[in-house]
Amino acid sequence: MDITVLVVDDSKLARIVMGKAITALQPDWTRLEASNADEAMTVVDGRKIDVILLDFNMPGKDGLTLAEELRARFPAMPIAIATANVQDEVVARARAAALSFIAKPVTEDGLRGFLSGAALRLRSAAE
Amino acid sequence: MTDQSIALDELEHDALTELVNIGVSRAAVNLRKMVGEQVLLSVPSVEVVTRQHAVTLIRERENDDLIAVRQDFDGVFSGRALLIFPETNSLALVKAVTHDMLSDEEALAMEDEALAETGNIVLNGCLATMANMLQKSLNMSLPEVIRGGGKILFELDSRPMPEGVVLFLYINFTINERDIRGYIAMLMDVPSLGTLKMLIGEFIARIVGGGGTT
Repeated sequence: MDITVLVVDDSKLARIVMGKAITALQPDWTRLEASNADEAMTVVDGRKIDVILLDFNMPGKDGLTLAEELRARFPAMPIAIATANVQDEVVARARAAALSFIAKPVTEDGLRGFLSGAALRLRSAAE
Repeated sequence: MTDQSIALDELEHDALTELVNIGVSRAAVNLRKMVGEQVLLSVPSVEVVTRQHAVTLIRERENDDLIAVRQDFDGVFSGRALLIFPETNSLALVKAVTHDMLSDEEALAMEDEALAETGNIVLNGCLATMANMLQKSLNMSLPEVIRGGGKILFELDSRPMPEGVVLFLYINFTINERDIRGYIAMLMDVPSLGTLKMLIGEFIARIVGGGGTT
């Protein structure tokens, strides 16, 4: 099945790093990028997205708020938030919205668990 | 009048902002443990400005007297890190980090000590994270509590170059439950900035690179 992943981060460097790790781990997936919440919403409105990776601290709407809005629209979608800010309140909000956590700086190892879990869930949902 | 040779290109600027973001996020986790309430952070701002302009940037936001914990750092690059907040917030912060177990008098008596320790944990968390990501170690001075306007905070006393250009990083933090707000700021001298630019280049190559061949 075709899987499309959307990476949302205001940092171009962070998008490059996440993009490279995704390509290494899931070479068949289609990758799309957005640099803020508004762009992300435009992408999501325009086409089918299967997996979303979000930065937390972005200008404009932050990634956690965006993730909560996305969760309301896509109850089963694998969504992860990438941050070094693991304060209890942030973790609690992420849990409540059923988000995965990815530690920043993002590495291939750090992404592996989330991506393989997402691939499994998408495959079993498709069957 | 910025020296073009030390200007950061878009990706370098981006990488530095990301480094600061990660460093400050970890520092916020430490601060949250100390005060027991959520610490909210702004998006970091990274600019190459004159020292004078750095002072103005803080002054524009703050009319109150300021109090700051200052730590100087040196190593492959050097500069000064500051945890700054309005002096009127100072006792609230001391009470927060001591979990409301002190009276006003007791809080006042240990104000400087508590602030220095808080600053030390926050600033070390931030700088150590950045140094680790750049794979270079930094020596940190002992924390010092200073009071006054922006000018006092930003003068690097050993270097008499008031018109010099500095790399100025700052980020706002707020602890809404406690009505506490402030800034984490970092100032780096231009000679260090050249080194920093090189280190950032290596950092980018390391995380993006992977050799290019698969």
